[in-house]
Amino acid sequence: MYRYDEFDYKLVTERVNQFRRQVGRRLDGELTEDQFKPLRLMNGLYLQLHAYMLRVNVPYGTLASKQLRRFAEIARKYDRGFGHFTTRQNIQYNWVKLEDAPDILRDLADVEVTAIQSSGNCVRNITSDQYAGSARDELADPRMYCELLRQYSVLHPEFSYLPRKFKIAVTGSPNDRAAVAVHDIGLRMHLNDAGRIGFEVLVGGGLGRTPYIGHTIRDWIEPEHILSYVEAILRIYNMHGRRDNIHKARIKIIVNQMGIDRYRELVDAEFGRIRDGALKIPEQEIERIERYFAPPDYETLEDATALLAAQRAESPRFDRWLQSNTAEHKVPGYSIVNLTLKAAGRPPGDMDADAMDAVADLADRYSFGEIRISHRQNLTFVDVRQQDLFELWQALDELDLATPNLDAITDIICCPGLDYCALANARSIPVAQDISRRFVDVDELAGIGELKINISGCMNACGHHHVGHIGILGVDKRGEEFFQLTLGGSSDQHASLGDRLGPGLPQEEVPEAIAAIIERYKGLRENGERFLDTYRRVGIEPFKEAVYGPDSRQAVA
Amino acid sequence: MALIRNGALVDDAYQWVGEDGALPASGAVLVPLGRWQSEREALLGRGDPVGVRLGSDESPELVADDLVHLSLVALEFPKFRDGRAYSYARMLRERFEFDGEVRAVGDVLMEQLHFMLRTGFDAFEIESEDPLGQYETAKAEFSVWYQPTGDGRPTATRLRHQGR
Repeated sequence: MYRYDEFDYKLVTERVNQFRRQVGRRLDGELTEDQFKPLRLMNGLYLQLHAYMLRVNVPYGTLASKQLRRFAEIARKYDRGFGHFTTRQNIQYNWVKLEDAPDILRDLADVEVTAIQSSGNCVRNITSDQYAGSARDELADPRMYCELLRQYSVLHPEFSYLPRKFKIAVTGSPNDRAAVAVHDIGLRMHLNDAGRIGFEVLVGGGLGRTPYIGHTIRDWIEPEHILSYVEAILRIYNMHGRRDNIHKARIKIIVNQMGIDRYRELVDAEFGRIRDGALKIPEQEIERIERYFAPPDYETLEDATALLAAQRAESPRFDRWLQSNTAEHKVPGYSIVNLTLKAAGRPPGDMDADAMDAVADLADRYSFGEIRISHRQNLTFVDVRQQDLFELWQALDELDLATPNLDAITDIICCPGLDYCALANARSIPVAQDISRRFVDVDELAGIGELKINISGCMNACGHHHVGHIGILGVDKRGEEFFQLTLGGSSDQHASLGDRLGPGLPQEEVPEAIAAIIERYKGLRENGERFLDTYRRVGIEPFKEAVYGPDSRQAVA
Repeated sequence: MALIRNGALVDDAYQWVGEDGALPASGAVLVPLGRWQSEREALLGRGDPVGVRLGSDESPELVADDLVHLSLVALEFPKFRDGRAYSYARMLRERFEFDGEVRAVGDVLMEQLHFMLRTGFDAFEIESEDPLGQYETAKAEFSVWYQPTGDGRPTATRLRHQGR
């Protein structure tokens, strides 16, 4: 993975010192809260319901064991002993004091981690495929482009006061695990006829109050031009994006108001002016960064098919886990292992300090000391020898990190909701907990198959409810919490926004509604198709009826 | 209100005449865009330096052909959070190669000065008890820069590969 050199270290140190000075000015009353707010946000500090929340970047979801141990230390020293992994491949601490923040940032900088631009109206943490570099289905490793974009965007002097936040995601695989179509910019790698990689560029995707799937603004951009092309998009947005209404300020709004063709014209004109300028990435810089992402010292192995078959026959629980939570590796004899943070009853994405330390140790022993964070709020070991899988599974099982539910109905994306968040309308975590307790039978989970549930506690959609196969949105109706269901959303390479099923339900009725949808799906399923495929084939009516009864049409009208 | 130009506290050589103030008989003046557009010939006929002040919804593209006649472009920050003028400053310097004064006016705070210096501003109207001290602090706060912005500061990428 990338390691800081003297320049990176110096910049991050200078940033910590600057923030220490800014906090001092705020505490002395030299800065008003209005003036201080963007400064603290661009250093990761939100003011939430009960305390400050600190959001720390995990660049493109890639974390070293040493860094995870530091996360554990910070959780113990400055927080309440746990952290929360988010859909942005970040970690959040919920109980931070303002005056501690500079020291926390100092502790993080020592292990090459920052909270720079984890919030604010600027370019946020670059996100990517959690399997990057190891996935069998990827065209090439996207991490070096993520790192180039990270450096490009950090403390960008022109783009630190954009109309609104700006999220960039990159995938190197045609099977999109990074949800690039619902980002402000999505970069999707392709190969041309000459076997060279390049990127399709999507723009104007996003969730929130006004969800959009991104438009392809350019079919192909050479890797050495991605920074100048991104700069052209950002410059047009900075000058033309709406600043009169915070809810209309994201790039998706201006792209759709202007039309993608007009936006493309403006971007292309700007790109034409700058494409061969100082942002063209020098060959030697590409090579320098590429070296950091050289493959680890893989052993020459063959797939451990016979060994695994014997272990699976011996232990049905291991068999379930292997089928559910591992993925194909590009190197023979290795597998990708997912650690779901979604055991029954557990708030999705939460992890306590002891578990962080234990996972860091396991990463050192089994996966070259590296951990990934996925946007589905799970952890991944990307380089595990197949001969170690059984042993690793046993260790994870002890830690309650081996629930075989990856991409299953209890592998829920969930925002912090009204338990923490100042924006929320409803408590999303208890809904996730109810569902995870309702579906504990692992055979039942396997029988249902891939079904992604995403829960947001308000229309800001941090829990990505629009793109859940089943989405759940918390709303407030005259002081009471209700939950609206949407069906048919997806954030992969065939991204779609979910359709609203009907009127909101009280919290206690949500698990039964989910069960009714699943029963109907099982009855309609053909040839083992996924829930999403059944839904796309049959439409919403059968599911309306399943949840609201035969009179559902009147009920909805 | 203090004016810092090229790192020094200076008196403002330009008289702001606003939308409908009378033009002084002589001396440098700063005018809003509308006035420049309607009184261009009269302003040029005076023979003294002219500056134009652009609002945050007025792109320098509107004066691109006039820059040769202008010695100052003032870019307004109506609120410090409105970041359009950072792009305008770069447009002036890098695209139009304007080498006159680019002045930040409006809601200009110490905490923005570093970014302003990076994008091509060389003058700042700032409300502060210690404007020069704040300017010096902000200017010195960073010594590593990732982005090439035409301000002459060497980027980390350039320094990394120098001499190789």
